[in-house]
Amino acid sequence: MIAALTLLLTFQLVGEIIARGFALPIPGPVIGMALLFVALMLRGGPNEDLRQTAGQLLQHLSLLFVPAGTGIILYGERLAAEWFPLLVSLFVSTFLAIGVTALVLKSLTHKRHATHTEGRQ
Amino acid sequence: MNPNLEEVWVYLSTSPLLGLTLTLLAYQLAFAIYKRAGFHPTANPVLISVAILATLLLATGTPYQTYFDGAQFVHFLLGPATVALAIPLYAQWPKLKAMAGPLTIALVAGSLTAALSAWGIGALLGASRESLMSLAPKSVTTPIAMGVAERIGGLPSLTAVLVISAGIIGAVFGRAVLHRLHVGDHAVHGFAIGIASHGIGTARAFQVSEQAGAFAALAMGLNGLLTAVSLPWIMPWVEQLFGR
Repeated sequence: MIAALTLLLTFQLVGEIIARGFALPIPGPVIGMALLFVALMLRGGPNEDLRQTAGQLLQHLSLLFVPAGTGIILYGERLAAEWFPLLVSLFVSTFLAIGVTALVLKSLTHKRHATHTEGRQ
Repeated sequence: MNPNLEEVWVYLSTSPLLGLTLTLLAYQLAFAIYKRAGFHPTANPVLISVAILATLLLATGTPYQTYFDGAQFVHFLLGPATVALAIPLYAQWPKLKAMAGPLTIALVAGSLTAALSAWGIGALLGASRESLMSLAPKSVTTPIAMGVAERIGGLPSLTAVLVISAGIIGAVFGRAVLHRLHVGDHAVHGFAIGIASHGIGTARAFQVSEQAGAFAALAMGLNGLLTAVSLPWIMPWVEQLFGR
């Protein structure tokens, strides 16, 4: 687990250096993810340690958003004044984005899928 | 107050231990409720944890910064967790590659819908310019959204709250929306949730299946890239077009 964590942090570090060094608008961890993906393609997949550590981190991904979410208490005044447009926009826009993405993807893959959809989990 | 208790409080309110432990306790409790509710999306663990912690902080008059000094250790793990998304992506690569064309088109359609509809609805209902520019990147992962908001004239920390709200909304109601549209395929399900609701949607998609999770992770990464590159030049143009 320590070896796998070291590897993940190293890729994040390299990602951060690239992001800041080239003043890219993309965050370091996302670049780190892309680099690790390329490394996995070259090496033919993750070892057991990395697979398990990644699985454990991702299983409780929700937990990691809690500290930033609690920041809502900083915006009492603005939320009191603008809660209606913000809330309606968040709900409708999120539903629209899910719906449009799903319908476009479904319509583009439908024919191919009808023939071999059995294999899915 | 008893002098010893006061000393204990002085220690706890300045040490990171309390914020960190409370975050984990709140999550444990929220996860137990989620489990008890049969993993029903309405009992979203992020939503319940945030509600517990926000209530506690407001009730005790604790500043957010004091809490975050402890909670930052959890927050920090978002970085390595994002890197770790490469592993499910690798596992699903053959299927992703086979769908590359449709995925690209759905990405562009979904990404534009997410940003422009958030801006448009907010503008119609009279939100302030700062709020609108904080809303536009609400569907992408927090660090990208905060950076984009800063460049287009939003408030980065308000953006973080809106991003997490959009994530929770997608995680809670996404399945119901997709059910209405008769979408049963886990790949399509995951991709749509990842576009609209980034990491929180991805966390939820992993509970549906590994395939849904991998497609959500891919959608989150791609939408993050596309939004980071496109919004800084689309938004000034949109504002000019609609005379704002």
